[in-house]
Amino acid sequence: MNSLLIPGGNVAAPTRETTRESLDEPMKTNGDQSPVLTLSQVGKSFGNLRVLKGIDLQVQRSEVVCLIGPSGSGKSTLLRSMAFLEEYDEGEIRIEGQLLGWQDTDKGRRRAPQSQINQVRRNVGMVFQQFNLWPHMTALGNVCEALRRVRKLSADEAKKRGMAMLDKVGLAHKAETYPAQLSGGQQQRVAIARALAMEPHIMLFDEPTSALDPELVGEVLQVMKTLAKEGMTMVVVTHEMGFAAQVADSVIFLDQGEIVARGTPQQIFHNAEQPRLQQFLQNYLDRNAFWQDAKA
Amino acid sequence: MTFDPSIFTDHLGDIGSGFLVTLGTWSSGVVLGLALGMLIAVAQVFGNRFVRAPLRVFIELIRSTPFLVQLFLVYYGGPSFGISLDPIPAGILGLGVYGSVYFAEIFRTGFESVARGQLEAADCLGITRLQCIWRIQVPQMLVMILPALVNMVTVLCKETAVLSIITIPELTMVLTGIGSETFAFVETLLMLCIGYLILVELCSRLGMLLETRVGRFMSRQPR
Repeated sequence: MNSLLIPGGNVAAPTRETTRESLDEPMKTNGDQSPVLTLSQVGKSFGNLRVLKGIDLQVQRSEVVCLIGPSGSGKSTLLRSMAFLEEYDEGEIRIEGQLLGWQDTDKGRRRAPQSQINQVRRNVGMVFQQFNLWPHMTALGNVCEALRRVRKLSADEAKKRGMAMLDKVGLAHKAETYPAQLSGGQQQRVAIARALAMEPHIMLFDEPTSALDPELVGEVLQVMKTLAKEGMTMVVVTHEMGFAAQVADSVIFLDQGEIVARGTPQQIFHNAEQPRLQQFLQNYLDRNAFWQDAKA
Repeated sequence: MTFDPSIFTDHLGDIGSGFLVTLGTWSSGVVLGLALGMLIAVAQVFGNRFVRAPLRVFIELIRSTPFLVQLFLVYYGGPSFGISLDPIPAGILGLGVYGSVYFAEIFRTGFESVARGQLEAADCLGITRLQCIWRIQVPQMLVMILPALVNMVTVLCKETAVLSIITIPELTMVLTGIGSETFAFVETLLMLCIGYLILVELCSRLGMLLETRVGRFMSRQPR
């Protein structure tokens, strides 16, 4: 991928003005009123396929947003764009006011230098479907690595913070264990601890339970619920409708790269109006219908 | 056939120094080759296409020409390009460059063997490319590529015999010299084989030792 020159996209004028303001004070720690994450008209294409079509989204501090939708709807791409693991090529993503991934020059929009990208997303924590732990390091080693190399903490300090994080996800007793010796659920909890250690202001979860055995899903969701209760700002791509219904402040239904519906869990799950959403939920219900059948 | 050990005892000093020159040029060539190979691999994996394309051409060029010809080019052709080297530096350079492209290919497959997701995780945590290479990729790929590396190192050992053509007094040069002096061709050539056998065997043993070491490091059990 070599898209150095990206056209500015169709950014509306008011957005551009707010851009200027926040560029003047890039490091301003926003009050609790301003959104942690702002997406305006975000678009992304793979070749001719437009997988994201102008997404607008705001995530407020301490808000939990769940992204649901059929596979191929673009929800993972959208989430990965928020950490700039995908280069979105239209619109803007701002984290606490700072533009993510791109910088405006007189020749148009260019990819920002890596150090600047890291600076903008230093308050973003990411959790992956496949855990992505480093197999040659212990659980504690995984959690401490970035503390040591990026935050430059001393070995003792890093270890102390690392142990605290493992304790938080209930795995302090597994600190010296290698990922291969941990269950999937435990590995994902270590991955959450690793992200939390960097004290992010927002956590992104990309289908965190999809690679797990059904009986291990609960322990990971439990950790996420605790995080939500503590006021962590979270964006979660998930197929766990139960989790979305219980924990989310707002649920967003994506289909074919567009936001088809958004609202409270009540609005989305119980008062769905859009036919596409109704059909999606009906499929989900049909798959789990045997519970109802058994009760009847 | 009569086997006369006095041929060797009479020339023990020469044979010894030939052995040392072989060992010296070989190990220097390996070190140079590994260093260059790592640089090429990193540039290939992380560089843009303007870096990758010329490197690809370089690799293909070295891989598809005989070492003998490359060595002639460096030593006899070098002066026409303004590079006049003594035999030994020329030999080490030739050996290093020749080895580097093979080492680079080995390293490249190593880099590609580490799952992309692990790098994304590092990226998200603000870990830099360089830190990622040394802390995450190299330790993991070492186990996998070690046998291939050791194999290439032994190949380079045997290629040092070619250095005799640019007048480096290494084992092959010394022993074939003794052979033509004394007409004891069979004895000297057999001795030559034994010399390389010892070196290659030593290298393989060392490699196996290293493999078990690294392997143990990778599969440490919970304590």
